[in-house]
Amino acid sequence: MADLVNKFLPNVVANWEGDNGFVVAIWQTLYMTFVSALFAGVIGIILGILLVVTADDGITPHKVFYTTLDKLVNLFRSIPFIILLAVIGPFTKLIVGQTIGPTGALVPLVIGTAPFFARQVQLALVEVDPGVIEAAEAIGLSPMKIIFRVYLREGLPELIRSGTLTIISLIGLTAMAGAVGGGGLGNMAIAVGYQRFENDVTIVSMLFILVLVFVIQGLGDFAVRKLEH
Amino acid sequence: MAEQNGIIQLKDIDVTFHNEGKTIEAVKNVSIDVKKGDVFGVIGYSGAGKSTLVRVINLLQQPTSGSVIVNNQDMLKLSQKDLRKARRNIGMIFQHFNLMNSLTVYGNVDFPLRDSGLSKADRKKKIDRLLEIVGLSDRAQNYPSQLSGGQKQRVAIARALANDPEILISDEATSALDPKTTTEILNLLGRLNDELGITIVIITHEMDAIKQICNKVAVMENGQLIEEGSLLTIFGSPKEQLTKDFVNTSTHIGSVLDEIRDSGIVNKLSGRLIELNYIGDSTNEPIVVELYKRFKVEANILFSNIERLQNTTVGIMLFALTGEDDKVEQAIQYLNSLKVNVKEISLEKEGK
Repeated sequence: MADLVNKFLPNVVANWEGDNGFVVAIWQTLYMTFVSALFAGVIGIILGILLVVTADDGITPHKVFYTTLDKLVNLFRSIPFIILLAVIGPFTKLIVGQTIGPTGALVPLVIGTAPFFARQVQLALVEVDPGVIEAAEAIGLSPMKIIFRVYLREGLPELIRSGTLTIISLIGLTAMAGAVGGGGLGNMAIAVGYQRFENDVTIVSMLFILVLVFVIQGLGDFAVRKLEH
Repeated sequence: MAEQNGIIQLKDIDVTFHNEGKTIEAVKNVSIDVKKGDVFGVIGYSGAGKSTLVRVINLLQQPTSGSVIVNNQDMLKLSQKDLRKARRNIGMIFQHFNLMNSLTVYGNVDFPLRDSGLSKADRKKKIDRLLEIVGLSDRAQNYPSQLSGGQKQRVAIARALANDPEILISDEATSALDPKTTTEILNLLGRLNDELGITIVIITHEMDAIKQICNKVAVMENGQLIEEGSLLTIFGSPKEQLTKDFVNTSTHIGSVLDEIRDSGIVNKLSGRLIELNYIGDSTNEPIVVELYKRFKVEANILFSNIERLQNTTVGIMLFALTGEDDKVEQAIQYLNSLKVNVKEISLEKEGK
């Protein structure tokens, strides 16, 4: 077995350990994915809820607020991620103190993902039956309670679906961020595998990313199945 | 004692929507006064403004102008917080049930109780009792998706009753149900009115639903209230054309008359076609036998419909009178002298 690995994946073996090795790269990818998912998730949910409740047919309509937020979300969604990485360099430095490495990638990842997720959250929550919202209002629930007890509860399966989708697209972004200095499997595939013509490294990097994607998708589907009645 | 104030008093309610430059007057200058213990029916076709009107009662719909007094409280003057409190006194059920799909039957009934301040054990006691009232005790742990339409509406009723409201609003609650289930749900509402004394406002487009449990009826058309009265007056002597249409659809006399006109029976009929409407005692007299005994006029009964509304008999009869011309005339005069409404129907094919 070991012989086989040595024979077909010599560069993977050579690059397995050490500061720039696969083990570190995997951890860096996981770190970038989950830390930015956490921040982007919270920001996205808050923005998504605000978009739903302040819309014209929402429970607390507010035209100016809604229009402004709506435009901002669109604006940030329109910036290509690779350009966003470069443009917000100084801002990144201000917040996390560095622009390279996995931590330097967090800020652009959050800013690149949160607006996308906000839109997903909005779409998920708009799907909640307006009749149920009306029933909750008739029962005498405050807007805050309607958000927590009706929107987030009834919309949960759909939110998890969007969350899964968002994390998967986030993994794609970490690879991109990695290639321009963020580290992780993206860096591994490009800086080591591609640029040094070590194809086995590129392929194994990709396989690791695929495994990560499948695991996330599987967990998401499982949770949705459990929650839907 | 002074005249008791209505538990729901809507005065001069206007609701106007502005949509893309167009102005829609959904409700125009409507006043209703619902007394405690009433089962008040609002009937009209879709788009008549009835849903908008009843939503004004708990201010799910803000009126453009007018006053809303519920339980002697001026609803329009309440703070948001007090309004939410007032809403707990007004249960509401909907055409599409509007249950939480993510909660069990038990969870749905518990939903309005979570802010009630009751302990978990007290809430359980209450939910068990509510589910027993609506006949769903064995379904507590099911999810709405596992229930039939009628069962879902029962859950919605239990939820609406959770905070012991004095008023229950039913917004087309039986319109999505089959006739048998509709009857069951209406019977349940009637029982709640009898046993708990809860005041019910029902909106519907079906006269049959109104007939079954309402004691007062208001008819709406194009945002206006065109006729209002007790069930017996509306049913026995409707004035407006729309009201007559609803009553005729319900008694089926409308379709019978169309059938007679269209099928050619009209050409074979001899004599004069008479429609009789009666309420109460006059129905106990054997009219047909009387006509023959007194005038030797034969009454050929084409259609008859008798119902009990609020323990009073309301009937409709359609017959052709044949006999000597002057005798028939006398017979009609005799009928007029009874406490019945007599209407002669033209034998000519109308219209087309």
